[in-house]
Amino acid sequence: MDRMSNSVLTVSKLTKRFGSFTAVDEVSFEIRPGEILGLLGPNGAGKTTTIQMLLGVVTPTSGSIEAFGLDLSTHREAVLQQINFSSTYIAMPQSLTVEENLWVVARLYGMSDIASRVDQIVKKLEMEEFRQKVTRKLSSGQMTRLTLAKALLTAPRLLFLDEPTASLDPDIACKIRSILKEERRSSGLSILYTSHNMREMEEMSDRIIFLQRGRLVAEGTAQAIVDRFGKADLEEVFLNLARESNVPSTP
Amino acid sequence: MKLHRVTALILRHLYLYRRSLPRIMEIFYWPFLDLVIWGFITLYLARYQSEVPGFVTFFLGALILWDVLFRAQQGITITFLEELWARNLMNLFASPLKPSEFLAATMAMSVMKVTFVSIVLAGCALVFYSYNVLIIGVWLIPFVLNLVITGWIIGVLTTSLIMRFGQEAEVLAWSMVFLFQPISCVFYPMEVLPGWLKAIAWANPAAHIFEGMRGVLISGQAPFSNLVWAVGLNSVLLVGVVIWFYRTMAYCKDQGLLVRVGE
Repeated sequence: MDRMSNSVLTVSKLTKRFGSFTAVDEVSFEIRPGEILGLLGPNGAGKTTTIQMLLGVVTPTSGSIEAFGLDLSTHREAVLQQINFSSTYIAMPQSLTVEENLWVVARLYGMSDIASRVDQIVKKLEMEEFRQKVTRKLSSGQMTRLTLAKALLTAPRLLFLDEPTASLDPDIACKIRSILKEERRSSGLSILYTSHNMREMEEMSDRIIFLQRGRLVAEGTAQAIVDRFGKADLEEVFLNLARESNVPSTP
Repeated sequence: MKLHRVTALILRHLYLYRRSLPRIMEIFYWPFLDLVIWGFITLYLARYQSEVPGFVTFFLGALILWDVLFRAQQGITITFLEELWARNLMNLFASPLKPSEFLAATMAMSVMKVTFVSIVLAGCALVFYSYNVLIIGVWLIPFVLNLVITGWIIGVLTTSLIMRFGQEAEVLAWSMVFLFQPISCVFYPMEVLPGWLKAIAWANPAAHIFEGMRGVLISGQAPFSNLVWAVGLNSVLLVGVVIWFYRTMAYCKDQGLLVRVGE
């Protein structure tokens, strides 16, 4: 079987331009079944725009996105039914309770047996004590767990996680990472993972892709990237590339 | 179109109203206040009813029917604004939800709001002013249905503009409909308008409904011609604004505005 047919997500020469500014420049990568792919890059590197294009809320200027063998632009509904996302920066409706928010999401994705599915996810993410709480009263850590619960609730085959542990204490963050690994092991879930915590990226990612000024500049395992740049660890590679990003490119 | 996705959005908004007194007041308070103020003005002016026959009847009737149109528009636009305020658009449009399902849910919310407001207004008019809105007769049904659709047209148009220009354009949710009020001929006949404005009013389905209402109340004549015009214009305009909504959404996705619209 060739690599293309073995991927849950294949991104080819994905480009997004806003006027004369190129946010994402001919980026190509793939995610294999059950793989956790780390997406690294300094602020403004194009990570968020890439994820927004993968979720169909920003239209690419050129290039293609194929998930589960289907083109996102022509099979949006079928593709997004199998994808979900969680971002520290995207909230859930504040006036609904945690449980109400989960019910709405479950209905939106046409889940069956919603009550038991919601119970299951609430238990898994240890949200029992605040399941009846109005979302606006949640702490940032509880909010992060809710957005993660929303993402896992729909049993996706592919998950996009944008800094999922950014506002969590180390204990909860560790539990979240364990849950994600367990989901991957039990259901073959594939994950695109962004984080600014390099140790976490090394721990979680099977492979890493590194974006800089919208271009993919490195791809491989964490160790391979560290070796390629001749640095001590991933954090040094990140700092090196991030500081290069701050130097204006020559025309 | 998948019903479960439409009902998911309706459920989300019903949850919202379940524990929000200000939102419930927004549905009932203003229409009720309108009725009280205009009702007293009507009672005062009724002293001169001999000079304008049927004045009370069509004035209160017009007030209630105008509120049907206004609430139908608000039902669409406020439902969208609630998602914008909650910064929930990314969650919705990164899901399998289709724009058509989103519109269907907002239209269902609009029908619910119109139903509640109409019951309250009709009940209050009966209790406080002994005015029975059913005096319009069986024609009330097509009148209301057409005004709801006109409200949807203005609502979808307004929603598209807010999506395109962002939260700073949200004032349109309350003001846009009043741009249509002078050419809807709610409280006066179309004949009082100057020629150029009469031509514009003729293209507004609501104007035909209010003309029809006055015809029924004053002379009892069947408003077939008005209804044909209203249905025809509503059909064309509804298709037009839905196409406009889709085009705006495509533009917003291209420019990355959809995910930034709440900022």
